[in-house]
Amino acid sequence: MKRRDFLKSVSGLAAGAALPAVPSVISSARADARSETLLIVSEGGPNNLDIHGVGTNVPGYEVSWNCYDRLVSHEMKSGPGGVPYYDRDKFKGELAEDIKIDDMSVTFKLKKNAKFHDGAPVTAKDVKWSLDRAVSVGGFPTFQMSAGSLTKPEQFVVIDDYTVRVDFLKKDRLTIPDLAVIVPCIINSELVKKNASEKDPWGLEFTKQQTAGSGAYKVTKWTAGTEVVMERNDDWVGGPLPKIKRVIWRMVPQAGNRRALLERGDADISYELPFKDFQEMKASGKLNVVSLPFSNGIQYIGMNVTKPPFDNPKVRQAVAYAIPYQKIMDAVMFGLANPMFGAAKDKPTEVAWPQPHKYNTDMEKAKALLAEAGYANGFETTISFDLNFAGVNEPLCVLVQESLAQIGIKTTINKVPGANWRTELNKKEMPLFTNVFSGWLDYPEYFFYWCYHGNNSVFNTMSYKSAEMDKLIDGARVAAATGDIATYDADVKGFVDLAYSDIPRIPLYQPFVNVAMQKNISGYQYWFHRRLDYRAMAKG
Amino acid sequence: MLTMIGKRLMFAIPSLIGVVIVTFLLTRALPGDPAAYFAGPAATKEAVEQIRKKLGLDRPLIEQFFRYTNDLAHGDFGNSLTTGQPVAAEIRNRLPASAELTLLGLVVSIVIAIPLGVLAATRPGSWVDHLCRVTTTAGVSLPVFFTGLVLVYVFYFQLGWSPAPLGRLDVFYSAPPTVTGFYLIDTLIARDLEAFRSACSQLILPATTLAIFSLAPIARMTRASMLAVLSSEFVRTARASGLSPATVIVTYAFRNAMLPVITTLSMVFSFLLGANVLVEKVFAWPGIGSYAVEALISSDFAPVQGFVLTMAVMYVLLNLVIDILYGVIDPRVRLEG
Repeated sequence: MKRRDFLKSVSGLAAGAALPAVPSVISSARADARSETLLIVSEGGPNNLDIHGVGTNVPGYEVSWNCYDRLVSHEMKSGPGGVPYYDRDKFKGELAEDIKIDDMSVTFKLKKNAKFHDGAPVTAKDVKWSLDRAVSVGGFPTFQMSAGSLTKPEQFVVIDDYTVRVDFLKKDRLTIPDLAVIVPCIINSELVKKNASEKDPWGLEFTKQQTAGSGAYKVTKWTAGTEVVMERNDDWVGGPLPKIKRVIWRMVPQAGNRRALLERGDADISYELPFKDFQEMKASGKLNVVSLPFSNGIQYIGMNVTKPPFDNPKVRQAVAYAIPYQKIMDAVMFGLANPMFGAAKDKPTEVAWPQPHKYNTDMEKAKALLAEAGYANGFETTISFDLNFAGVNEPLCVLVQESLAQIGIKTTINKVPGANWRTELNKKEMPLFTNVFSGWLDYPEYFFYWCYHGNNSVFNTMSYKSAEMDKLIDGARVAAATGDIATYDADVKGFVDLAYSDIPRIPLYQPFVNVAMQKNISGYQYWFHRRLDYRAMAKG
Repeated sequence: MLTMIGKRLMFAIPSLIGVVIVTFLLTRALPGDPAAYFAGPAATKEAVEQIRKKLGLDRPLIEQFFRYTNDLAHGDFGNSLTTGQPVAAEIRNRLPASAELTLLGLVVSIVIAIPLGVLAATRPGSWVDHLCRVTTTAGVSLPVFFTGLVLVYVFYFQLGWSPAPLGRLDVFYSAPPTVTGFYLIDTLIARDLEAFRSACSQLILPATTLAIFSLAPIARMTRASMLAVLSSEFVRTARASGLSPATVIVTYAFRNAMLPVITTLSMVFSFLLGANVLVEKVFAWPGIGSYAVEALISSDFAPVQGFVLTMAVMYVLLNLVIDILYGVIDPRVRLEG
């Protein structure tokens, strides 16, 4: 081959490679489809379309929320920054057209025109079967139902075809809110029963692969790990007909690519991006970035109080004075979080949760407290974190490590793989760790019941036990159920104060849920589950 | 020839049995408890136990192994817990995506690397030789995911020439009916030219990424082997006999230089399958590499085992093909075989 020929062939090759890269003309039908379709990109997708399934992941909740209806749902109110935010205290019927709350039961009248996706009417026996299923299948759904004192199938009574009564086992303020979470969704019982088997009486295998609900959307295509396609259900009666006809949800593992897709205008919505990206996108102003605090959620540093040195409250307080709170806010969260520290000395405790504590970074005080506790020369320990959230946890732990070293506490960082994290939490042996907890039900006593109560649930990661704390938490729960506001307020203030003076876990900040979307997307609503609700969204 | 193939396949059986045992043990030795992972964040200890029982993880290891091999013998790879789908079906659906990408990457690489290597060998020290050296060094020293990200940044984000890195087809095209699983072929069979163009343009960047990575070994090996052959006596004889340079290089030298290149190709192909994992991540490519990585992260045994097993089978077949190719190129191998 001569040099000239070679050159020719190379330039020919280059031209050939560039050919298909010329932007293609999109046909007009396709352009229409685009304007009625919402394209969502996120890191992970669902592993199961049914929230009652074994090990359904969080993206699966989003499918359930949009494809199934519940008896009741929350009203919206205006939240921080004018973004619609679910109203914890106001309920509206979704499948129910009338709700009557009595002393020990609640009666729901169903909308008579409600239909499942296959055209079958939604009847009281579907409701009973679905709620029975939720309290019986075991695992997460059953656990979540029990949080609202819904534990037995006998509690759900069919009155007639369109009337269902839910009996209370005991008075519990969380019963109605618990009927509005994702779990008690109403399922097409006849369809699922047809596809159930002896080994699988609740038809979990069937609902894993397809949606069998009455919700505003139905899944028409699901390729696990790649995409979910949902079409609008035009016969939906749970609310006003949604504007988005079709939702395409693609999994894009690379965060940088998700951002590029948004900035190029190819994707409509994304979440799960690094905080730095959100902050930069916010600053550039090309996209709408919504940042709202997790309701009832806190990232914290926990200490195992059953073993020295953290069994000593002075040591825990010393650590609380040695945390570089502001640095964490700036360098790790890029300001996208609510600080939960450094409240003014004279600020009275509020009847609210989360609220900031009064510790601040004060090395002198930390050193003095540590000396008082008998650890003037410090000690050695490990700090553990969940690698699944390494983007936040790793820099956070490095900052804490640096800071603790200044008061003589030498820490080694222990990175726990995501698959192992829960096992480690359950063992309750890690001396020092960081974690997030957030509750679907936004009530202080709910948070404290799971995180501080002596019944030592998985979330009481510190193994904290205090008779006084239990008394206050139980007191608040009873007071809430009976409507005794004075006792309730006193108990809530009491347990918050105790949690902050004993300080078994040190709140750092209330994280934000960040969602970035194109300017022409409207109708984003914040829900307790922090996933998207397509039903209120609109494009253009 | 047939006896050779039979023999080779026989030799492969013990290695496959070994792979089955090792992957089984390795996945069980992974840290992490799938039961706790899939019980969800809010699980109680009882819930975790319930799930462990459901997954059959409470049985002794040896029983689990026999059940696993028994299932394998029936073609059942088990169910993935993360995606909730049968592993065999997932691998069947995802393998063509990976194979299409890898093969195309390899073809692009061969088309560029071999002429480059030959030219560099025929003109050592010239600008072509330097060009060859520079591109190959650059290609091999850049990690694939980095090359991928740079390509996405330049050609998609900055220039807008390339379509969004969203997998095998544009979001608004539907996949062609499956015949081969290769979209380039299936779209043509379905006579959907628009979809063909879309599939083609989606492939360019990831295939280029893989090609850049694999240029170096192929080009360098071609060059070295050509140099050795060109300085040998039969080439000198051919030249002295007045044969045209093209005949000398293509007919005599090139064919003889191909053997080590073929060996390198098989190695490169295995490299590429590995590199694929990262490229698939960058381009949201629904292949088996990204599938396996995700399964590994959530200590989801079945897909990891299925993946390793599929790869092992592919390597065995690949080596077989290479051996046969040897025979085609070099008659001496045939005689000995």
